[in-house]
Amino acid sequence: MKIVVMCGIGLGTSAILKVTAERALERLDIDAKVQATDVAGVRAAAADAQVILTSSELVDSIGTTNADVIVINNYFDVDELEAKLEIALGS
Amino acid sequence: MPLPQLPLDAITIGAHVDDWPAAITAAGDALVRSGAATSAYTDRMIAMIREFGAYIVIAPGLALAHARPGEDVLSDGLCVVTLAEPVAFGHPHNDPVSVIVGLAVTGAEDHLQFVAELANVFNDPEVIPALAGATTAEFVQHLFGQPVS
Repeated sequence: MKIVVMCGIGLGTSAILKVTAERALERLDIDAKVQATDVAGVRAAAADAQVILTSSELVDSIGTTNADVIVINNYFDVDELEAKLEIALGS
Repeated sequence: MPLPQLPLDAITIGAHVDDWPAAITAAGDALVRSGAATSAYTDRMIAMIREFGAYIVIAPGLALAHARPGEDVLSDGLCVVTLAEPVAFGHPHNDPVSVIVGLAVTGAEDHLQFVAELANVFNDPEVIPALAGATTAEFVQHLFGQPVS
């Protein structure tokens, strides 16, 4: 399974979201690769991804995708990530 | 890699700003003071928000100001600015912002470890309100788990 975290430039905020997502996946006991990317690279990065995690501000720049797009409000909140990933991944 | 040092001159308590560009400028000024970046980096942090929006407001009340590595980044650096009056960045959930953490990195690859450390600091939901209410730079250093200068 692959999860993409996206921010404007692919470092900083997306790196924080990657850390929080990995902690949530650990709690859910789900084995997934989490890749950080930027707006320019999201299409390629998400081609084989199940889920894209990003901010509400950036949803529109994703374009067409088969992945589930999940909006995260608090990038430090493992509980929020855990709840939203659990719904998206149906575990 | 631990967090970059957070020296006292990289901390501004209770800045008075009218809008978000002024808030980012205060963070850029702190990075310039501590020797992590030149003022050109400030302009790039502002340009990034103009391009992509307020997504850098990554938690209630907290903005993570940063831009790509570049010649205007002199060393890996961290700064903290707290605002006397919170300002809106235009984020639908996390406005208004009262704490700005500024980040300057020299390379895209090697910053991951200290960003993870940043996530550890903010894993405690009490940290943002505590930063917003901080009255001394030494207390901010303490919240970041740094040796107090």
